[in-house]
Amino acid sequence: MYFFFEVKEGLRIAFRAIRANKMRSVLTTLGIVIGIVSVTLMATAIEGVDRAFEKSASAFGSKVLYIQKFPWVGHDDWWKFRNRRDMKLEYATVVSHQATLVDAVAPSVVTMKDARFGSRTMLSTFITGTTYQYQEASGTTINDGRFFSSEESDGGRPVCVIGANVAETLFPSIDPIEQTIKVGGFPYKVLAVLEKQVGLFGMFTADNRIFVPINSFMNQFGSRRDVLISARVRKGVDIEEAKEELRGIMRKARHLAPAQEDDFNINEQEMLTQVFGTITAVIACIGFFITGLSLFVGGIGIMNIMYVSVTERTKEIGIRKAIGARRRTILFQFLVEAALICLIGGIIGLMIAYPLSLIADQILPTAMPFSVVIISLLVSLFVGVNSGFLPAFKASKLDPVDALRYE
Amino acid sequence: MNNSYVINLQQIKKIYDMGGAEEVQALRGVSVQIGKNEYVAIMGPSGSGKSTLMNIIGCLDTPTSGLYEFNSINVSEMNDNQLAKVRNKEIGFVFQTFNLLARSNALHNVELPLIYAGVSSAERKRLAHEALEHVGLGDRVHHKPNELSGGQRQRVAVARALVNRPSILLADEPTGNLDSKTGDEIMVLFEELHTQGNTIILVTHEEYIAEHAHRIIRLRDGMIEADEIVKNRKSITTE
Ligand SMILES: Nc1ncnc2c1ncn2[C@@H]1O[C@H](COP(=O)(O)OP(=O)(O)O)[C@@H](O)[C@H]1O
Ligand SMILES: [Mg+2]
Repeated sequence: MYFFFEVKEGLRIAFRAIRANKMRSVLTTLGIVIGIVSVTLMATAIEGVDRAFEKSASAFGSKVLYIQKFPWVGHDDWWKFRNRRDMKLEYATVVSHQATLVDAVAPSVVTMKDARFGSRTMLSTFITGTTYQYQEASGTTINDGRFFSSEESDGGRPVCVIGANVAETLFPSIDPIEQTIKVGGFPYKVLAVLEKQVGLFGMFTADNRIFVPINSFMNQFGSRRDVLISARVRKGVDIEEAKEELRGIMRKARHLAPAQEDDFNINEQEMLTQVFGTITAVIACIGFFITGLSLFVGGIGIMNIMYVSVTERTKEIGIRKAIGARRRTILFQFLVEAALICLIGGIIGLMIAYPLSLIADQILPTAMPFSVVIISLLVSLFVGVNSGFLPAFKASKLDPVDALRYE
Repeated sequence: MNNSYVINLQQIKKIYDMGGAEEVQALRGVSVQIGKNEYVAIMGPSGSGKSTLMNIIGCLDTPTSGLYEFNSINVSEMNDNQLAKVRNKEIGFVFQTFNLLARSNALHNVELPLIYAGVSSAERKRLAHEALEHVGLGDRVHHKPNELSGGQRQRVAVARALVNRPSILLADEPTGNLDSKTGDEIMVLFEELHTQGNTIILVTHEEYIAEHAHRIIRLRDGMIEADEIVKNRKSITTE
């Protein structure tokens, strides 16, 4: 109960003191404001980049393994990978027959060709040749229409599925389904448009791609190409186990002796996530360092003004002590005041940062996380209490007689 | 040593160390006992140690040496919190310069000791109102100090001093900043308070004010020069 009165009286005094020195309090709190604005925007940006990444990475499917010549991360020895033997189309059949821990396997090959519809052209579009299993193996979603069937796929029919950007570019006004486009000069009938993926990987997403049956691809655009094999891990199976199984099958298919190291890589989304995690961690470190610095400077400002405040109110402290305020009461009074100034700074900071985060939302899919709001306010409080402590301690130790005599 | 004394000072000394070999002996061995419901005036020329003595009695200051018993409790052995509690509950201090909180109204100024005593808000308001009414300021509770006359400010200070029902009321030249008419009004108030059973110690350097008291202690150079009972007390009225 007693403590409650102290808090109430502390708040009352603090409000009054701040109101009496509005301009000074606001200026003092500037460092805190800047600190809070930068910390919230930083957190909001990281949140946005994270979300964008998650969205992009999900395009790779979290339970999909990609068998390739190259590893996705750590190209330290590019020539070593470059000189590896190409991945052959047959491996896809071998994997699909022998592997028990994956349930969809699709090979894909890529080239770049111009795509045309009527007078509209999309230059250097990624053309992917694959099988009917691709949709399952890669986890892509179709917006409208259907993926090609196993008959169309095996028979190498001139049909295609196009990415969202391709559809937008070639068919700004009409429905693309059942229309025939020219890919590298050859006619292909559009079966479906894929759902838009967007995300950080830009041109590499399916948005800018055209998918055609692999047999047709080989006929029209040539067959000597490096193949990528996508394999979806069966539900409930540990991804590492599936990876191990694929590794064994691939080693056998590529006739590797036990002593030889793998001349292929099995990639997964997790690798990207890890690399990405390191990047955001670095950004966060730099950001929080800057933030910490501005909060520190802000804290010094608060400390300075609290010393001024204590000196100005020496007489008041003397009066309060003379009528029974304890040391703790005085200490608390000034701590509350410092904390309140900082809290006001934090709130001003949030009021500035929030509209800015809405602007950021135009660029990145983000929103200021609620936890950041809470954390900002707690940090402001923390800075206030810390920088208020020394001045408040000084006030609490004032000798009542000396303080009363102060003019 | 009689246990019924409110205040018992034995050989109190207060020495200010001014650095180097210099020191000021503000009190050089003061021994005084003051009982319940006494009305004592402390007199003496400027610099004789009156304020120093009052501050020690009021637990605002501690003596360099000597024994101070307040209600038979040894004050020298108290820690800061205990001293604050004594100041809050047992002592009402009235200063020459009023020492009100400038930004607070009369009511809040009077409430302050009750806040530090942990009294609930409603009870606080009631007691503060009562105290202000007691000193004749029932119609000025929401005025700030700069909206009150000197005499009224001193009344607020007296109300604040009394609101916790202390054992003693200490007043260090309470009329020093007032004209003689308002000073007299304050003295009438003290007279009343004494009649109602309060113990009062009053510092003054004006003989005619001291003569309202029952007992006069005269200080000179930090020592008691005389300690006398007033024979023909003046009973003052403003009429
Ligand atoms: N804080 C202090 N430091 C040094 N000397 C002091 C201090 N307070 C009082 N004194 C000295 O102690 C003596 C008594 O002062 P005081 O009690 O204020 O006298 P009075 O109230 O009777 O005028 C004076 O000589 C004064 O200068
Ligand atoms: Mg004096």
